[in-house]
Formats: sequence, structure tokens, C-alpha cells
Amino acid sequence: MRTIAFLLLAGCAFAQTEIPYDASDLLKLPEHMYMGEAAGVATDSKGHIWVYTRTGDAYATIGTSRTFSHGGGRIFEFDRTGKFVKEIGQGSYALLFPQAIHVDAQDNVWIVDRASNMVIKFDPSGRVLMPMGRKPEEIFVGERGGGRGGRGGPGAGGAPGRGRGNALPGAGSPGDLFNQPADVAFDSAGNIFVADGYGNARVAKFDKNGWFIKSWGSRGSEPGQFDHPQSIAVDSAGNVYVADHGNQRIQVFDNDGTFKTALTGVGAPWAICITPGAHQYLYSSNSNAPDSMDNGEIYKMELDGRVLGKFGRAGKLLKEFGTVNAIDCRGGNDLFVGELTNWRVQKLTLHP
Amino acid sequence: MKPSRCSAALLVVASLAFAQSELTPAQLRLKAKAENVPEIPFDSVPNFLKLPPGLYLGEGIGVATNSKGHVFVYTRSQDTRLFEFDAKGNYIREIGEGLYGFQFAHAVRVDKDDNIWAVDEGTNMVIKFNPAGRVVMLLGRRPEPVDGVKLSVGFNAPVAPAQPYTFNRPTDVAWDAAGNIFVSDGYGNSRVVKYDKNGRFIASVGTKGSGQGQLNLPHTLAVDAKGNVYVGDRSNSRIQVFDNDLSFKAIYDNVGQPWAVCITPGPHQYLYSSNSYPDSNNSTMAAVTGEVYKMELDGTILGKFGKAGKQLGQFSTIHEMDCHGENELYVAEIGAWRIQKIILHPAKGEK
Repeated sequence: MRTIAFLLLAGCAFAQTEIPYDASDLLKLPEHMYMGEAAGVATDSKGHIWVYTRTGDAYATIGTSRTFSHGGGRIFEFDRTGKFVKEIGQGSYALLFPQAIHVDAQDNVWIVDRASNMVIKFDPSGRVLMPMGRKPEEIFVGERGGGRGGRGGPGAGGAPGRGRGNALPGAGSPGDLFNQPADVAFDSAGNIFVADGYGNARVAKFDKNGWFIKSWGSRGSEPGQFDHPQSIAVDSAGNVYVADHGNQRIQVFDNDGTFKTALTGVGAPWAICITPGAHQYLYSSNSNAPDSMDNGEIYKMELDGRVLGKFGRAGKLLKEFGTVNAIDCRGGNDLFVGELTNWRVQKLTLHP
Repeated sequence: MKPSRCSAALLVVASLAFAQSELTPAQLRLKAKAENVPEIPFDSVPNFLKLPPGLYLGEGIGVATNSKGHVFVYTRSQDTRLFEFDAKGNYIREIGEGLYGFQFAHAVRVDKDDNIWAVDEGTNMVIKFNPAGRVVMLLGRRPEPVDGVKLSVGFNAPVAPAQPYTFNRPTDVAWDAAGNIFVSDGYGNSRVVKYDKNGRFIASVGTKGSGQGQLNLPHTLAVDAKGNVYVGDRSNSRIQVFDNDLSFKAIYDNVGQPWAVCITPGPHQYLYSSNSYPDSNNSTMAAVTGEVYKMELDGTILGKFGKAGKQLGQFSTIHEMDCHGENELYVAEIGAWRIQKIILHPAKGEK
């Protein structure tokens, strides 16, 4: 009996285990280039590191009958040592407000932009292969003609407009268009799953050629409903894991969107990822809100939700996290995290 | 040169004395209470900053020097930009081109380790660069553009309660000897916030108002060697002094509206404060504003220099000052789009 009790205790203690880890700030941009908020980070099959960063000024053109938005996002590629390789997508129509970046099995690079409401697939050289969604033609800036020329107010530009993509918040728009999409993931057949997102509250499934198949979810807290589905990942069996941030749970669906289970006990999941390989693990970040230093830890879990350990906390130093918005775990115990408030990508090496 | 200076000073004194009874209420509001303050003779170095062809300063918003005497200028140009010059005013480089945190400059300061800190009123951020120009720490966060449009348009929207890690049009930054960070915040909030050297919130002081410990546009601040915090409480026309824990200590209310303050290095520290000519360019205010005061840290006024104007040696809305030494100051001016290097000659004034 004693031994069993001890084992149980040990099991509990293990669940709370802090996983030791190292961190490095390894990305080196050329002189006169700067990282902004590191909204998205992903690695490709060569270990190259891709970053989709909020940088420069998002701006609106004035002096025309409508208001148009431009700028604000850049895509950088670094080699595995952090040396800058190239930029892609310069001046691209959709790069306004970066939200996520992913690299698929063929090393194509996908970005998700929350202000242009688009998901764009680039080939590894940077050529656009497939845009999804559509950028609103114009942005809506308050009452027409009612805006006051302020004295340098907070950042302007880049908001989603009243175009067809702008469904009523939470309506669970059933179609092809997104409203502030948050993330994208793929199954082994190449089907595309979009977490959509901040405006809508649904997951949309497309085939590999971009044809809409179905979508599920609406705003709410019931099983199958979402409150800010911010991150999405697919395991090798095709199950879909959705970080349902506002509901503080990870919802798991089968490949057709049928609800399976909800994983809880890991705070409010902000960014998730699933490792490759025969035994897959799920990482989930309970990121600190940008205006706080609470939480910030990242959990390592089995796919069934059992917590194996956690690491990290909010802060500005190396090894600390400033609102982790993306985790890449393609490299097993080598993780990459993209931070919003620290404008930084850290490479983490876990020593479990 | 000397006699003409004296007679000019006399003329100013005479005209001020004559005008005293005829000042409008608006002029009286901006005029410093201090009377009979001795003038400190000074020179302004002509054409101090040498800009390469094709490069222009906009409004001179921020100026700061590092330990080598290099001069950093934060300017509202076509874009908000940060430049470095050497001690002779020769252009060296630009820092932070296209930076996500640059939108509307407000202040630049250099800490004791030569890190460069920019305070941007547009993005609500305080950005720390290391001496090489790499971003090493950030305080505050730029509003997301999707929210920003709403914020910009809703100019009269109610101000949300101040949060530990969020600024609302911050204005300035300073440090104590231990590396604790003090931020004046600012136009939207009315407070001073203290962080530890790693950016963790410790304390804040101030709400909007005119009572003791309240602030109405904390526009500039400086910290002395003991860690006391001097806040330019601009719209209250006073400097408020707080101790290192942000407990109230004193008020100096006789030097006009403190737009810019700085404290000199060295064993005997002095406090300079600018009663700047208003950026509304209201020329009727030129008679009662534009001068810079030299003070002991306890508020005793030692002298003043300068007056409103756009000529060399005159000041057109000083927005930030750097006290590189007791007698070597750098001033950034909104109106004349420039930085002036000022050399004071206090000994001459005493004769």
C-alpha cells in the first residue's frame, strides 16, 4: 500500500514538474532591420526559421474617397543558426497584421493575417501559390468624415472593413471568407484547417486545393463552441486541436469536426503545437496578457491531455516569455517561441 | 559683445517691469513666479549638427548624450526617426529605421551604460536599445492596429484606468543608480511608474489633479544620485519631487511650466528646467516664456538664461534638455526644428 501511495504521490508531483530548459535569442537581422512583435514562428524541414512579424507602420491612405490600408507585416527566413537568409512577400497586398506562420510538409510557407483576413501560401522561394480569403477593399474609420485629426493618437490603419468578409461577430460564418483569422494547420492529406478566429468563432476546413469543405462552431462556451479560437494543430491521426482561449480549454475534434473532448487545467491556451514522430506531444502556452506579467508558463502534455510538466514564466529576460503567440515544436525538445511584447524569437532546448 | 549683452538684459528687465501690470490672464498663467533672477551668460554653438545631404530633422523632440559625448536626436520627421551624432556634431548613423515602436517621438535618454531609450507617444512604448542599436527591452505595448483605428477616432473616448504595463501617451524615462526605471505617463494617464531594472512593475504615483501628489501632464522627469524623482508637472506649473518609493517630498512652483528638466552629473548636482514658449506659437506669450532656470536640487534658483525666439541662442519651445555637464546643455526645440548646444558662462555672470 505504501508503495502504491508513494507512486501516486510521485505521479502527482511529476505532473507539477518544472522541465529544465535553456534559451537563446539567436536570430540576427542585418543592420538597419528590426523585428517587431514576433507573432508567428515556424521551422521547415532544413531547420530554417521563418518569422512573420508585426513591424513598420500599418497605415491608411488619406485624401481619397475611401480609406485603404497598407503595410505592417514582414516575413523573414533565417538558417538554423539564426543567420538571416532572406525576406519574402515584400509589399505584398495582404501583409498588414501578422498573426501566424506555418511550414507544411512540402516546405511551403503559410501566413495568416488578421487584418487582411487572408491566409496565403507561398512556395519556399517566396512565390505566391494560393491566397485564401480576401482583403477588405477599404477600412472603416468611424463615422464618415467624423474622424478628428488627432495629435498623434495610437496606431492607425489595418482594421478589417465592411467588406464581405466582415460577418457579424460570433456568427460562425459558414463560408470561404475569414474575419480576423488566427491560425492554420494541415492534416496528412493536405486538408487545411483555419481557426477563425477573433471576428468569427469557428474552424473552417478546406481541401488541399483550397475548396471549402465545411466549418463548425459559433461563439459560446458549450462543447463545440468557441471564445477566441486562437491556435490550431492537427495530430497524425487527423484529430484537430483548437486552443479555445476564452473558454480556457483545448477542444479536440475528429477530422470532420465532430467534438471528441476538451482538455483543461493548463490555463487559457494562447498558442499550441504538436510534435512530429511516433509519440506525439502537445505543448500549450498559458501566455501572459500583454498588459500583465501573470502566468506565462508552457505546458507539455500527452495528446490525451495528461500534463507531463511545465516551464517558464512571464518576463523580459532571456528564458522568460512576453506573451507567447506561437510555438513551433517540429524539433522535438527544440522549441521556438514567438513573443509579442518582447519582439523576440527564443530557441528553447528542453531537458526533460 | 559683453556690453551689448548687458544692455539687452537690462532692456528685457525694464520692459518686463513695465509690462508687469498689463499682463493678460493667459500670460500670467505661464509666467514664472520667480522675480529678479540673475541672467547666466551663454553661447549657442553655431550650426552644431552636420546633417548629410538629403537628410532633414523635423521637430526637435528629444536630445540626449552618452558617455562619449555623442548626441542622440529623436525627431518627428516624415517618419519619427532616431539619429546619432558624434561630440562635434558629425552624423554617425540612424537607429531603428521602420521600427514598430516608432510613430510619434517624445523623448530620448541615455542611461549610465550608454543604452539608448526612446519614449514614443504614438505607440505608447518605451524602447531600450543597447549601444549597438539592438532592441533589448520594451515597456508598454503598441495598440494593435485593429484596435488602433477605434482609438484614434474615439479621441474623446473615456480613458481606461491605468494598468501596470500599459501607457497612455508616455512622455519620459529616467533611472536611479540601482537601474530602477521611472516612466512619466503622461498625456493620457497622470502618473509616474516605477519598474525594476528587468521591467517588473514596482509602484506608481499620481492621478489627474492639482493636489499634492497629483499630476496634470507629467511631461518630463529626472532622478538625482540619491534616487529622488523630479517630475515636470507641466500643466500644474510646478516640479514635484518624490523619493525613490514615489512618496511625495516637495513642490517647486516658481519656475513656470516645466516642459523639460534635467539633472547634471557629478558630486554637486544641479537641476535645469525650461519654461518653454508654448507650441501654440502664440507670440503674445514670448514675453513671459522661453527661459531656462538653473536650480539647486532643493529648488533654490541660481539663475536663468535664454528667451523665446527662433534665432541662434533663442529658444522656440524647448521639448527636451540634456545636462551633459553643469555648463554644457543640449536642447531640442519644436518650433525651429533643431538641436542647440549651449555653453553657459556662469562665472562671467557673477562679475
